Amino acid sequence: MEPQAEYVLRTVEERGVRFVRLWFTDVLGKLKSFSITPAELETALEEGMTFDGSAIEGYTRVQESDMLARPDATTFELLPWRGSEAAVGRMFCDITHFDGTPFAGDPRNVLKRNLARARERGFTFFVSPEMEYFYFRSEHDPTPLDDGGFFDLTTQDIASELRKQTIITLEAMGIPVEYSFHENGPSQHEIDLRYNDALSMADNVMTFRLVVKEVARLHNVHATFMPKPIAGAFGSGMHTHLSLFDGEANAFHEPDNEFGLSKTGQSFIAGLLRHGREITAVTNQWVNSYKRLVMGYEAPVFVCWARNNRSALVRVPPAKQAHAGDATRIEYRAPDPACNPYLAFSAMLAAGMRGVEQGYELPPEATNNIFEMTPEQRSAEGIGALPTSLDEAIDAMEGSELMAETLGDHVYEYFLRNKRAEWDEYKLQVTPWELTRFLGEL
Amino acid sequence: MRPLLVYPDPPPPQLAQMLDLAGTPWKAVANASIAMAQEPADGWGGAVIVADDDAEGAFGVCRALRRGDAKLDAVLLLITGMQLADLEHREDLFDDFCLNPFQPRELEARLRHLRFRAGHGSDPQLGSYGELVLNFETYQAMIDERPLDLTYMEYELLKFFVTHPGKVFTREQLLSRVWGYEYYGGARTVDVHVRRLRAKLGEEHANLIQTVRSVGYLFGSTRWGAGAGASGPT
Repeated sequence: MEPQAEYVLRTVEERGVRFVRLWFTDVLGKLKSFSITPAELETALEEGMTFDGSAIEGYTRVQESDMLARPDATTFELLPWRGSEAAVGRMFCDITHFDGTPFAGDPRNVLKRNLARARERGFTFFVSPEMEYFYFRSEHDPTPLDDGGFFDLTTQDIASELRKQTIITLEAMGIPVEYSFHENGPSQHEIDLRYNDALSMADNVMTFRLVVKEVARLHNVHATFMPKPIAGAFGSGMHTHLSLFDGEANAFHEPDNEFGLSKTGQSFIAGLLRHGREITAVTNQWVNSYKRLVMGYEAPVFVCWARNNRSALVRVPPAKQAHAGDATRIEYRAPDPACNPYLAFSAMLAAGMRGVEQGYELPPEATNNIFEMTPEQRSAEGIGALPTSLDEAIDAMEGSELMAETLGDHVYEYFLRNKRAEWDEYKLQVTPWELTRFLGEL
Repeated sequence: MRPLLVYPDPPPPQLAQMLDLAGTPWKAVANASIAMAQEPADGWGGAVIVADDDAEGAFGVCRALRRGDAKLDAVLLLITGMQLADLEHREDLFDDFCLNPFQPRELEARLRHLRFRAGHGSDPQLGSYGELVLNFETYQAMIDERPLDLTYMEYELLKFFVTHPGKVFTREQLLSRVWGYEYYGGARTVDVHVRRLRAKLGEEHANLIQTVRSVGYLFGSTRWGAGAGASGPT
């Protein structure tokens, strides 16, 4: 048995763990879990556990339903909110067929494949997402808990207590937090996760969403990652900081360049810009996601890059001088926290890497506030727009050879089918806005 | 087996003979600074200090060893019956003592016992540094008697640090010695794990792992004292 598997077995025994949760993710980014007892653990680690894949969104059809969940022993953690009595542990799983080949529909496998590809070219991929979310009184009642604004210090604020508890829990699970603060919207919060390799970070994002929701639930509050829960207020984004490392060296860093960016960094940005529209269905995968990508709320709408303009799709944040070598990174501002992090990181990496592989030229920096430009001015500067609806995003993805290759045929086809169905269902709705606007008047 | 430190240099012939017969590697030193200079890469396996001739010198060496400059597990003092009173108020300087002239069997048994207690017998099972204890058999780590919940790689990295204190390692060295294989994260993975370890060790102990700017990491104190040449946790 491998030492990491032995480590898990001994820990479970020593710490009196009663259940081990096996976690994996469906194509739409929903966390799936089943529990096993310590008695089954050794088998699970050595052979994997059989489960019915046809019950999982985007996995298999009924006739080929049996799959194996193979726990990744290096991800074993105790769940702190379960207490030390009757402790519960968890491991992320890789999904395989019975013959051990990786299952193409497993998002974790999709990301691993894309990371392996980047590594063949000598790069490791690091990400650091800024997670935004709202607290509401309940799942059915989107009443904010407060009316605080950006960086407001609200005293005796239950939400601050919730955020503190969340951070303690995250740190206990080895997910270090960089910043946390009250965001722009009422009851909106942001927790920034410190950078990590993309695979661990995708696992962390899955854990993060659960921790935020669990801690809220313990206080009878509902936490949501819905991209735009309140019309007229800021939406929740997942701005993602990206960097490539070549061994110990930051591959984006070039001290002599006026932006501090190497050729690799420049081409990576160019790749994100050229393929940005194609990957948007994955980084912003819900009908509601496009209610956030509108003007006036610091969300990106136009495809351009800038150093200090928060309305750009790609931002190059200034790195502190002393750490410039390590800290050079680019920020991709489209994703929202309701995405599937495995697929979203894969898509961002693939778009950027396409730029690097083909040596794309970096377009000029957008200097004026692009929101204030007229459409003519924008088109004169060659600034395109992100898709404005899920429908448009699906169309852009459908024509994308890059996305088919990045996601693999299985996920690509399922995703398009599923999202098309979501759009078709949405199209049939008559919304409260239409009733208010038209019922009396027309 | 790591060599025993023996004082003085040369040691009494009976002692040298007994150690050689028992198959214990040893190295004699004339004073504390030579003991520091000649310390093997993975530390001394203990010390036998003979206090017959020069009690002051012997206690001086004990004191230097106790200062924690060298990694050392157990100090056995050899004294004459006349010196028993000298032990008073010096209890902190040694782990055990034996009367000289000694019975070879007794000295051997005491040494074996000390090495076992220090976890460096034939089958080492415990590693410790300050309030941090690792049980290599059960894979459990405790700090201030509080169990630490670690992932496998966090545990392996901590184990490596605890067994190699006071030395600076580059990220690449840590990656190849601890991970031993190509990992998704490359060398930067080390930073991530160090950060996670510091978070789990808690604020109080986070500085056990020091960042050595533009070099790598250092666990515990160097022989020049904690923090020398190193910046705090970053």
